[in-house]
Amino acid sequence: MSHSSPRRPARGSSLRSATIGAPPRRRSLEARGLWLIAVLAGLAVLCALSVSIGTRAVGWQEIWAGLGGATDTIGEAAVAKRVPRTLLAALAGAALGLSGAVMQGVTRNPLADPGILGVNMGAALAVVLGIAWFGMVSFTAYIWVAVAGAALTVAFVYAIASVGPGGATPLKLALSGVATSVAFSSFITGVVLPRNDIAGGVRSWQIGGVGGASFAGITEVLPVLFAGFVLSLLSAKRLNSLALGDELAAGLGERVALARATSAAGAVLLCGATTAICGPIGFVGLAVPHLCRLLVGIDHRWLLPFSALVGAGLLIAADVLGRVVARPSEMDVGIITAFLGAPIFIWIVRRQRIRAL
Amino acid sequence: MTAAPSLTGTTADWVALGRRRRDGRRRTVAWGLGALLLGLFALTLMLGQSFIPPGDVLRVMLGQDVPVASFTVGTLRLPRATLSVVAGLSFGMGGAAFQTMLRNPLASPDIIGISFGASAAAVIGIVFFGLSGGAVSTFAIAAGLGVALLIYGLSFKGGGAGARLILIGIGMASMLESVIAYALQKASSWSHAEAMRWLAGSVNGATWGEILPAALALVLFGGVLLTRARDLETLRLGDDAAAALGVRVAWTRITVLVTAVGMIAFATAAAGPIAFVAFLSGPIAARITGPGRSLLIPAALTGAVLVLLADYVGQFALPSRYPVGVVTGALGAPYLVWLIARSNSGGGAS
Repeated sequence: MSHSSPRRPARGSSLRSATIGAPPRRRSLEARGLWLIAVLAGLAVLCALSVSIGTRAVGWQEIWAGLGGATDTIGEAAVAKRVPRTLLAALAGAALGLSGAVMQGVTRNPLADPGILGVNMGAALAVVLGIAWFGMVSFTAYIWVAVAGAALTVAFVYAIASVGPGGATPLKLALSGVATSVAFSSFITGVVLPRNDIAGGVRSWQIGGVGGASFAGITEVLPVLFAGFVLSLLSAKRLNSLALGDELAAGLGERVALARATSAAGAVLLCGATTAICGPIGFVGLAVPHLCRLLVGIDHRWLLPFSALVGAGLLIAADVLGRVVARPSEMDVGIITAFLGAPIFIWIVRRQRIRAL
Repeated sequence: MTAAPSLTGTTADWVALGRRRRDGRRRTVAWGLGALLLGLFALTLMLGQSFIPPGDVLRVMLGQDVPVASFTVGTLRLPRATLSVVAGLSFGMGGAAFQTMLRNPLASPDIIGISFGASAAAVIGIVFFGLSGGAVSTFAIAAGLGVALLIYGLSFKGGGAGARLILIGIGMASMLESVIAYALQKASSWSHAEAMRWLAGSVNGATWGEILPAALALVLFGGVLLTRARDLETLRLGDDAAAALGVRVAWTRITVLVTAVGMIAFATAAAGPIAFVAFLSGPIAARITGPGRSLLIPAALTGAVLVLLADYVGQFALPSRYPVGVVTGALGAPYLVWLIARSNSGGGAS
């Protein structure tokens, strides 16, 4: 079954083509540089749109004044609120895009994504337990608990998926992630249901959103995100070796287990911290790396920074879209990304040669 | 059991003996599960906030008017227990059918999003169109079947592949989940409570009007599904082998899909998506019955036992009352851990 459309084996190892989905393509430095400029320009435009477009229409003068920190008129105050929101969307998007790219590299699995793997739900469960049972209130505690929950969930899901012959195939990884998510969300319901005092807060946090952004919150999460960015970006070369397969990577002098662990740690820091501050936002980590591979190819030294930039742009765009489509109210960014991301996911699945069951 | 063939017996004799033994075990297990289900059913009618003696229960069921018991048993407990059984049977059988068809113990309809269409439609109907009762059910059933067929259609690309069906189902599920989240966010507090009750999966406040369509669907779709049990088992060998053995693979798959989803959609319309019953029943039944033929009937019985037990636990055994779906959902986690623990026995979750 499912060998219905055999693809021509790509240049290079067959493993690599199976992992990445698209045949490896050489990219000239020039083309990559041009794409980099284009992506940066797009990001700048989106940032500008994000501070100027919103539920409330504002004029140019109010935008300038608001950016300067003035909050005298309602319009200026609205603009001043949009600045941290844009910053948070950019950071969260970059973190999710990058962690998705790293996870896909580490697991050599085109469907790896913090949402699909149940990592977001694991972080959410940890935070909910912390609030409900340990009376956790400090935001710093949220972040670390969420990161710990994310890390445990990654290990759990990966262990379930590795059961049985064939190891952690894309299919089994996705299934075990979803099953874990369902179980965790039942636990969350079970914990929250008898606690009316915390139910409202948890519910609004469970849909990912960047609406409540503040500079104070961003400052809290920044060190964790920074550590995650550094670890992830430094793992680019290791991921390139890992893409060749464990044996070959070991033969090239890579310490495979160590490379896996450090890369995964970076990815977990990123998506755990993002979930702590924004709530679970799905599909950015899945769609962005695939898009970036089309732009710059499969070299992780280019792919990782690009995923971060494109992720930031995508989340800002989704946030702006969410403010516009449901005027006069807003639609949370987590809902928008699911609507943009799920069709991309289905498209990836349809063009991919799926391993037989 | 018949005596073992003599030492000079051929391999065929030994195979036949093994088959007889397994069939015998399967029959014993099925009867045992049925008896357990009946016993639990009777117990949940008697036990609760107040104890009703078996004699009174029996008289109520025969239609006599008994003070107190008529209300407690006739109006509260009997519909509740009946809905638990009907929903459990439907989820259990539908789930096992999917797991067998897709050859993956994790691929039950509640995991791969086949049944999410019904949930999303019901929530939209409640929140945006102010529907209630039968209208919600009709809407949910139509949408459940529609989404399942859409997933099947999208996965059909020069012969539908099981793996692609699962993954597209997962993608579709997360999209529908965000529809549900959005609807809940927009809901007024009354319809929010109504929608949450529905989503959590609950047999609380069951009425005969809700139970009847689900029971009819169970009989109709379940009957059709059982006639396909043999082909379904043959599909376990792989699509190519099954086709070589004379099974019309695509036809079997679409029949199983429609009947299983139909059954589950009707049960979902009545009781809400009770988490993990479809997911857990098949593997538990397989564990009890051992290898053999079709799992559909043992899985259905296991599902009913699960829902009855979980509902009782959710009502009385925990510090606060939980809808049945929360209890069954929490049961899923230990099962997943057990899957890992069993890993070295091999051959499991492939």
